[in-house]
Amino acid sequence: MPLFEATGLSKTFGIVEVLKDININVRAGEVHAIIGENGAGKSTLMKIIAGNQPPTRGEMRIDGETVTFSGPVDAEHRGIVLVHQEILLAPDLTVAQNIYLGRELHKGVFIDDRAMNEGAAKAVRGLGSDIDPNTIVSRLSIAQRQLVQIARVLLVPHRIVIFDEPTASLTPHETDALLKVIRQIRAKGVGVLYISHRLPEVKEIADRVTVLRDGRLVASHDVSELQSADMARLMVGRDVAKLYPDRHAAEARETVLEVEHLNVPGYAQDASFQLKKGEILGFAGLVGAGRTELMEGMVGLRTSRGVVRHLGKPVNFKDVHASLKAGIVYLSEDRKGKGLLLTKDLIVNLTLASLGKFIGALQIDRKRESAALDKAIRDFDIRTGRKDILAGQLSGGNQQKLLLAKMMLLDPSIVIIDEPTRGIDIGNKEQIYKFIAKLAEEGRSIIVVSSEMPELIGICDRILVMRSGRIVGEVTGDHMNENEIVVLATGATKEEAA
Amino acid sequence: MANVATETAKAPKTSKDWDMAAIAPFIALALLLALGYFANPNFMTSANLLNVVTRSSFIAVIALGATYVITSGGLDLSVGAMLAFVASLMILFLNSGTVADPALALVAGMALAIAIGAACGLANGLITTIGRIEPFIATLGTMGIYRGLTTWLSQGGAITVRDRDILALYRPVYSGSFVGVPVPIIVIFVTAAIAAFVLYRTRYGRHVTAVGSNEDVARYSGISINRVRTVTYVIQGLCVAVAVLLYVPRLGSTSATTGSFWELQAITAVVVGGTALRGGVGRIWGTICGAFILEIVGNIMLLSNFVSEYLIGAIQGAIIIIAMLVQRSLMRR
Ligand SMILES: Nc1ncnc2c1ncn2[C@@H]1O[C@H](COP(=O)(O)OP(=O)(O)OP(=O)(O)O)[C@@H](O)[C@H]1O
Ligand SMILES: [Mg+2]
Repeated sequence: MPLFEATGLSKTFGIVEVLKDININVRAGEVHAIIGENGAGKSTLMKIIAGNQPPTRGEMRIDGETVTFSGPVDAEHRGIVLVHQEILLAPDLTVAQNIYLGRELHKGVFIDDRAMNEGAAKAVRGLGSDIDPNTIVSRLSIAQRQLVQIARVLLVPHRIVIFDEPTASLTPHETDALLKVIRQIRAKGVGVLYISHRLPEVKEIADRVTVLRDGRLVASHDVSELQSADMARLMVGRDVAKLYPDRHAAEARETVLEVEHLNVPGYAQDASFQLKKGEILGFAGLVGAGRTELMEGMVGLRTSRGVVRHLGKPVNFKDVHASLKAGIVYLSEDRKGKGLLLTKDLIVNLTLASLGKFIGALQIDRKRESAALDKAIRDFDIRTGRKDILAGQLSGGNQQKLLLAKMMLLDPSIVIIDEPTRGIDIGNKEQIYKFIAKLAEEGRSIIVVSSEMPELIGICDRILVMRSGRIVGEVTGDHMNENEIVVLATGATKEEAA
Repeated sequence: MANVATETAKAPKTSKDWDMAAIAPFIALALLLALGYFANPNFMTSANLLNVVTRSSFIAVIALGATYVITSGGLDLSVGAMLAFVASLMILFLNSGTVADPALALVAGMALAIAIGAACGLANGLITTIGRIEPFIATLGTMGIYRGLTTWLSQGGAITVRDRDILALYRPVYSGSFVGVPVPIIVIFVTAAIAAFVLYRTRYGRHVTAVGSNEDVARYSGISINRVRTVTYVIQGLCVAVAVLLYVPRLGSTSATTGSFWELQAITAVVVGGTALRGGVGRIWGTICGAFILEIVGNIMLLSNFVSEYLIGAIQGAIIIIAMLVQRSLMRR
């Protein structure tokens, strides 16, 4: 008998049915991966199983006994815990305080900070990280926050653990550590539900794979029966033969952006590089190498010193308004925290950065705005049942497309994209790469910051590698391979890296 | 976001919560009117209702400004003191005889009040944005300053308009009416219409909501947070000045205690109207409704005999707490 079983689960939001008649189960001691496109309904299904939302129809059973959950705490009492796709931590509390939030350890009437710090340190160390438990969470990178969130959930006694895209922002090192932890809990007889868009990783960790498409369960197989390519086909409903678009070798072109000795205090030192018209330039490096901060310093989101020349003219953007005006846009890696207003509707988000283009005589022209949304939905293939939902209700991948659409309304000549495909399914990745290539073909220049080396190698003309705040090298042509990049990014020798 | 009430009527949003939060204050107002009707037959007379609405005009107009400040994520505690300060300076100017002609003096005095109101608001805005001081503390400080200056100007007593001609000329601005509607009521609706237009229909209004909703997103979208926030305080100052223009002709006098606790009433009106205190959602017509509710509660208490009118403050305090509870439960579902 499976540990957990659901039959005939359906979920309707308003008039849109996002889950249709799903039958799924989890056995003790297995990792059951759920894959599917952005918006397929994976997170919704997991939230229902973990008691965050009630199903519209259907039944759930634990050990054969029918259950209904009044809320997530109720599900936790039954041993079902969920690591959310979104990061839900109190930003002003420390790592340890977050990990023990709501279940603080006591010594008499006093909170036992020492025990909590030790427990937290142990928990994050188990995940292959050395985050200090006294750090305030708002100082952590997204990857580090993700680890804290996982540590927090694993502290609850559990029989079923659900991971909703736990590795989306993790580097290979942290991913490996997490997979090790998952193998450990599986060995203890815990049932694991695991969502990821990284198919090789699914292949590596899962025992069984279930594929959702448009809210329907389309296939469920033992992992040995499937290759990555099969998974991709089942998810998208067509062959995804070639992920990366063809690109023509670059001819000699004019330089549009020149950065000389740029310092972003505390994050990046002495960065110099050039960007050419129509070029796609990659920035590789480990988490914490200062890539994001360098970009933010360049466009005026952080204080920086040094020279930035745009089309030959020195520009030192004192705020992001100035760089946007110059036609340079930066798309943050933190699309929920810095990219979109999650509690506002799609239109408000789409036009926020370019409202000037939507002013009629005096007021905002709502018709023009809604036409722009229609066009964005078409151009960027944003999948949403209805147009009047809030941005926070879009699936992760569709949020990224909305953010792209928002910034492209500014018609920029230089586009800086930080982690363009984080949390994005393979079909959408292909689309986004195609889109980036098209932007370059139109004569725009692109900078891609990414932790996924295959994607940098697949789409970039040239890759700069950063380590501890410095640009330590450049790889082009035949040298664009993962090994060369890892050597530069870690400072290891070739033998060590191989 | 624009015209939430009207727009949601034709296309229901995904979550019913939004609709309810927008409509709730109006339902409360209707219930209150019904209560008043049964409590005392004199309540539902047009004379009484016009009187009540007229008296709510000060708080209503001030609360419009507060709606902007709060929507952008700020707070202004200095508005009551600011009103007393601006009114005192205006009267002192009228009394100074700088301009001989009464009509011209009055116009100059009004222009001066507007300018001082804007300047006081600008000061609040710059202290919180450029000075980076929490709005609560910054405006607590300026509240003390404006109040203290007023006390000093009046030497602890009252400041009264001395020129009878000016006063005669000015009186109708509060007590007069236009096609049967008292001037203050017209002022309420005209300022509210302007405020609603700017907040819901213009780029600046959109920016105010965006800044209050998520400062980082606004900044990364190229919006100047400091400018947007500072301007909300200037708008608040202008609203206070408009309230001064209505207040001075009413009694022709101010004192050190003029406008005491009005900041609390204004904030109450805003919150009762459905604007989120954490920012990001502003409801102009809700605010007006909130100001009416506050005044009507007082009026019903005066007219009926079951509760002592000395308890008005306590009842208003209870209202803000109930409003927050209702808002919260509507958001949760
Ligand atoms: N509260 C809600 N109201 C309306 N629609 C919703 C709500 N929550 C989710 N949806 C819709 O349900 C669908 C499924 O969303 P879900 O987040 O489950 O997708 P997902 O498979 O997890 O995608 P991703 O890979 O991008 O995380 C989407 O179309 C989404 O827009
Ligand atoms: Mg999801």
